[in-house]
Amino acid sequence: MSIATASNTADPRRPVAIIAFCRAQPLGAAGLIVILAMGLAAIFAEAIAPYEPEVINFGAMLMAPSLEHPFGTDAFGRDILTRIIYGARTALTIGFLSSFIGCTLGGLLGIASAYFGGRADLVIQRFVDVMLSFPIIILALVVVAVLGKTELLGIDLNLVLAIAIPIIPRSSRVVRSAALSVRAMPYIDAARAGGYSAWHIITRHMAPNVLAPYLILLTAYIAQAILLEASLSFLGLGVSEPKPAWGLMLAGDSSNFYQEAPWMILFPGLAISLSVFAFNLFGDSLRDWLDPKFRL
Amino acid sequence: MLRYLSRRVALMVPTLFGVALLTFIMLRVVPGDVVEVKLRADGGHVTEEILQRERTRLGLDKPLPTQFVDWMAGLVTLDLGNSMWTGRPVVEEIGVRIGLTVQVAFMAAVISVLIAIPLGTISALFRDTWVDYVVRVFTIAGLAVPSFWLGMIIILMLLTVFNWSPPVTYTPFLESPLQNMSQLIWPALAVGYRYAAVVARMVRSSIIEVMREDYIRTARAKGVFERMVVGRHAMRNALLPAVTIIGLEFAFLIGGLVVTEQVFNLNGIGRLFVEAISRNDFILIQALVMLLAAVFVTMNLLVDLLYGVLDPRVRHA
Amino acid sequence: MSQLFHLGEGCQDTRTQDANGSILSVEGLVVEFHTSRGVVRAVDGVSWSVRAGETLALVGESGCGKSVSALAVMRLLAKPAGRIAAGRIMFQGQDLLTLSEAEMRERRGRDIAMIFQEPMTSLNPVLTIGMQLAEPLKIHMGMNNDEVRVRSIELLSLVGIADAEHRLAQYPHHFSGGMRQRVMIAIGLACNPRLIIADEPTTALDVTIQAQILELMKDLSRRLGITLVLITHNLGIVARYADRVAVMYAGRIAEEGPAARVFGEPRHPYTVGLLRSVPRLDRPRGGTLETIEGAPPNMLKPPSGCRFAPRCRWRQDICATDPALRQVGPDQSSACHFAENMPPAAQPLSDYALVPPNAGGTLVEVNGLTKHFPMRLGGFFGGFTTVRAAQDVSFRIARGETLGLVGESGCGKTTVGRVVLQLEKATGGQILFDGEDLATVSSQRMKALRTRIQVIFQDPYSSLNPRMTVGGTITEPLRKRLGFTAPAAQIRVDELLDQVGLLREMGERYPHQLSGGQRQRVGIARALAMEPDFIVCDEPVSALDVSIQGQIVNLLAELQGRLGIAYLFIAHDLAVVRHLSHRIVVMYLGRVMEAADRDALYADPLHPYTQALLDAAPIPDPEVELRRTPRALTGELPSPLSPPQGCVFHTRCPLADAQCRSIIPPLREIRPGHMAACLKI
Repeated sequence: MSIATASNTADPRRPVAIIAFCRAQPLGAAGLIVILAMGLAAIFAEAIAPYEPEVINFGAMLMAPSLEHPFGTDAFGRDILTRIIYGARTALTIGFLSSFIGCTLGGLLGIASAYFGGRADLVIQRFVDVMLSFPIIILALVVVAVLGKTELLGIDLNLVLAIAIPIIPRSSRVVRSAALSVRAMPYIDAARAGGYSAWHIITRHMAPNVLAPYLILLTAYIAQAILLEASLSFLGLGVSEPKPAWGLMLAGDSSNFYQEAPWMILFPGLAISLSVFAFNLFGDSLRDWLDPKFRL
Repeated sequence: MLRYLSRRVALMVPTLFGVALLTFIMLRVVPGDVVEVKLRADGGHVTEEILQRERTRLGLDKPLPTQFVDWMAGLVTLDLGNSMWTGRPVVEEIGVRIGLTVQVAFMAAVISVLIAIPLGTISALFRDTWVDYVVRVFTIAGLAVPSFWLGMIIILMLLTVFNWSPPVTYTPFLESPLQNMSQLIWPALAVGYRYAAVVARMVRSSIIEVMREDYIRTARAKGVFERMVVGRHAMRNALLPAVTIIGLEFAFLIGGLVVTEQVFNLNGIGRLFVEAISRNDFILIQALVMLLAAVFVTMNLLVDLLYGVLDPRVRHA
Repeated sequence: MSQLFHLGEGCQDTRTQDANGSILSVEGLVVEFHTSRGVVRAVDGVSWSVRAGETLALVGESGCGKSVSALAVMRLLAKPAGRIAAGRIMFQGQDLLTLSEAEMRERRGRDIAMIFQEPMTSLNPVLTIGMQLAEPLKIHMGMNNDEVRVRSIELLSLVGIADAEHRLAQYPHHFSGGMRQRVMIAIGLACNPRLIIADEPTTALDVTIQAQILELMKDLSRRLGITLVLITHNLGIVARYADRVAVMYAGRIAEEGPAARVFGEPRHPYTVGLLRSVPRLDRPRGGTLETIEGAPPNMLKPPSGCRFAPRCRWRQDICATDPALRQVGPDQSSACHFAENMPPAAQPLSDYALVPPNAGGTLVEVNGLTKHFPMRLGGFFGGFTTVRAAQDVSFRIARGETLGLVGESGCGKTTVGRVVLQLEKATGGQILFDGEDLATVSSQRMKALRTRIQVIFQDPYSSLNPRMTVGGTITEPLRKRLGFTAPAAQIRVDELLDQVGLLREMGERYPHQLSGGQRQRVGIARALAMEPDFIVCDEPVSALDVSIQGQIVNLLAELQGRLGIAYLFIAHDLAVVRHLSHRIVVMYLGRVMEAADRDALYADPLHPYTQALLDAAPIPDPEVELRRTPRALTGELPSPLSPPQGCVFHTRCPLADAQCRSIIPPLREIRPGHMAACLKI
């Protein structure tokens, strides 16, 4: 992996870069558009959504898609389109927060491990090895089981943590190997010969040069986190009723009635797939653009 | 090679120990008193006396280090205690269900790899043509579609198109292969899609990378037939990273089954795990987590050994 | 010589050559690469030809199109970006460009073989040497397994690989770089090709190994009657091995002719410039090198008219029109309007003296420096072994003086530099800087001393932080270490940019927007910003093109003269080291072999290794080369993991006897100021 040499013209900090990116990576641009659309839907859910997401209406139970309810209604008579729009808010918040926490902690761990090397690196890597032995969803389920629920501003912090924790060792591995190749670069030696502090070298010389893999990881794990949140909610261990969440919409009554009312599962499932697809598409293109040799 | 093998196996031991330690810490130390957590979560009034009796029964009244030693001893002798819910031995609970899960996972893996390798290769060789785009969209979609939802869609399709539902009761393969397969092939496909997508993507990218190597140019400069350039020179190298991902993603596959077994009403390890979690059956959870981690570590070992066979640089290291 | 080779020699008839006797002629070749930023014409209307049995050298700096034109001959350009847009490639009377892909494949490896630059990556790591050698034999000659085996063993023996039978079953990682290049040659020879194209075949190798490989190629091509096209940037190699030379610049031929004439009476200002900008071992040491200013053009938008004109010191108005390649002498052609009025290639000696050595007293003193690296043998329980990177190295550097540290890869010269810089801790020995032992000073004191000791690295691409502007890179030491205010730092940055010959507006740029030479100048400015007394220069010019190399060498010499900085100049190029250094230390496998003042060392090398090094380095003058009888050092460079017992050089030394195998020779003063570690002097 050659992070430092490969990042030719791509400086993600410049706004011009977004235009250049869209021109070079049309598929990625498509992904970005979907992501932006989701983001807008999540922010302006109150304005866009035709109904209230949590109000039960027994007069409109299990209605097939119609002009009034384009995606139909569920077993409580709630409008599915509305719940999908509000669900975007849940998915994006939890997806972004947990990916951000996981990748940032993992990234810091990886950079430190690479910079200090030696015994510190050895100890951290053995620990990461052990953490990596737990499949993502298993670790997340265990954390959920152990921690229970802690709500803050309507977000289940423990759920975020449960998804973030399995991301930490994975992102730290990737960032560490990127940081190791940066660590071997002569400009790091030049900085050490300049007598700067470890903190200065890590923040000014190493961190900016592992930014590309970090950004790629961040997008890739948002996709994973959305999927994971949906899985946990589906199992009844993530977001709980009556809050609108896509995975949750596939669970409970839906999984019992979907053979008679397929719209109940069709649209939430499509929403999950489309959003994860968009993030992956964007992440893939971002990788091709920033660093073609990088591999997750 | 023998030295390499023994070194790899020896390397497994500290990792497994670490896994056991971490599992123990997560499930016994972090939640506090598991008996209290469990019994209170079940609701109703619980007296201190009942709690104490339960603790003694499970050996939770001993100091933590002793508990850990007991747990390690149990792991080695495969005595993992009794389920806190059913009271039956954990080994038994797992034993009756493991066959089904292993079979589905194995089927999914085999089908996926068989599809993924040619798919990834074709995509790489026809890079930036419509063939490549189709394969890429198909594989990125594979990462996006949740396996449990795909399972529901499969059932729905079978019902509406063929007016047929897969059998709901499990028949062992040896009893009736057809009956068995007609039930288990669907969940295998549902969880296998993601697996196939991941492997195909890895095959594609590593073939593209290998095709840029100097030795490919050397082979062409020798006048080697293009199909041999791909088949002999490129594939042997490109499959190395693919082998890694095939091994590592196997754990993912089992993770996928945890959710997908619910959809197909399969009474496997995944379902047991979810039940254990929702019932706060810490003894059972602990055993299952250990089992799944051990599967992962073993897969890792197999990958390493396969590397030793495929890569002469490792073999002679 | 075996039966099989007689076949090859037998078919050397004239039917396959065209009228003027050339076996391969490239005519009006145009190669285009389609990049995201536009179409690059890497080769733009190039013609050259090679006669049967002769050796043609294609010379030029990176990006001039020499390799691309060779790959075009093989039709192996990277697809889909590279495309042959025009021209003919006539081989044995047939235009290769009109052949079908299948017909072309039949010729590759059978009629034309190719040897590449990177021996470490050119062989397939997962296939045995035997399998890779067998492929052309099976495909082109239809041999069965037994025939393949006999022939493979014969080929490996031919290229000087001992124990051939056993080595066929081994994988590339069992072979050293030089050995792999021998395997590549064996593969090339497998089907008795008429022509071998060797693309920088020794650039990645050490100088003594380079000599072995080139001698082998020359010898084999003569014996087997194989025509050779040798692509290189090294003028010395051209002078020693080529019959004819084609000099390329910016995708075109600048000059073409017999080697003796191109070197003796160059007819193109670019050739003259190249010849003048390399320091030469066979001449008295000159002063400032005469260099070609500027850098090669951006091939996305090459200048109209003569492409060399922007850098040419004899440029006239007429140079805005394209000069055609025309006959300018017997068998010699040039693409210059003034080809007939070229100055001689000999470099006028200018007055320029280095600071007299030892003038300012000792600044750096290294005593018995030893550095061992633990190396893991792999795996968790793999255990460790020790790499003895440097053993008992001692030298002194006076203020304002340059000490040259020379040796091949693995000799420990870079390690010594890194330990002196305190990027690595020494295992033993003292490093006194201005009287203070760097190994034992407090970290606080070391931090203070670091402003006085600076470093310049080899690779200008990786020695600058890609996320920092040039200005940022130079400002950092000023602001962070010297306490400059922002406006004061800005003024100082401009001064420093002036000093290293960069435009002030380059401060705004990022490293990727600069050329290699410019980046190296930024690296020098960063070091100068600290106002150091001492700079460790680790191969500062070896990654640069010849014309740029001269510019940086001149800059370093000039800065020393002006600022009185002492250098530890680490390099493998003996001529460059001689040009810049007052004293020279020669290392081999972690030990000092010889140390002497420059003139003493080059005039009268005492140690057999130094002698071999000087012998192995080709001199860019065919006449000089004709008079020399190069004695190529035999044998491989031993691994630093297990250096030989006794004198580390004994395995390759022509003088070695039983004593040398057991006793480690001490470094003794043989003449005043001239030390050597050899028992036989």
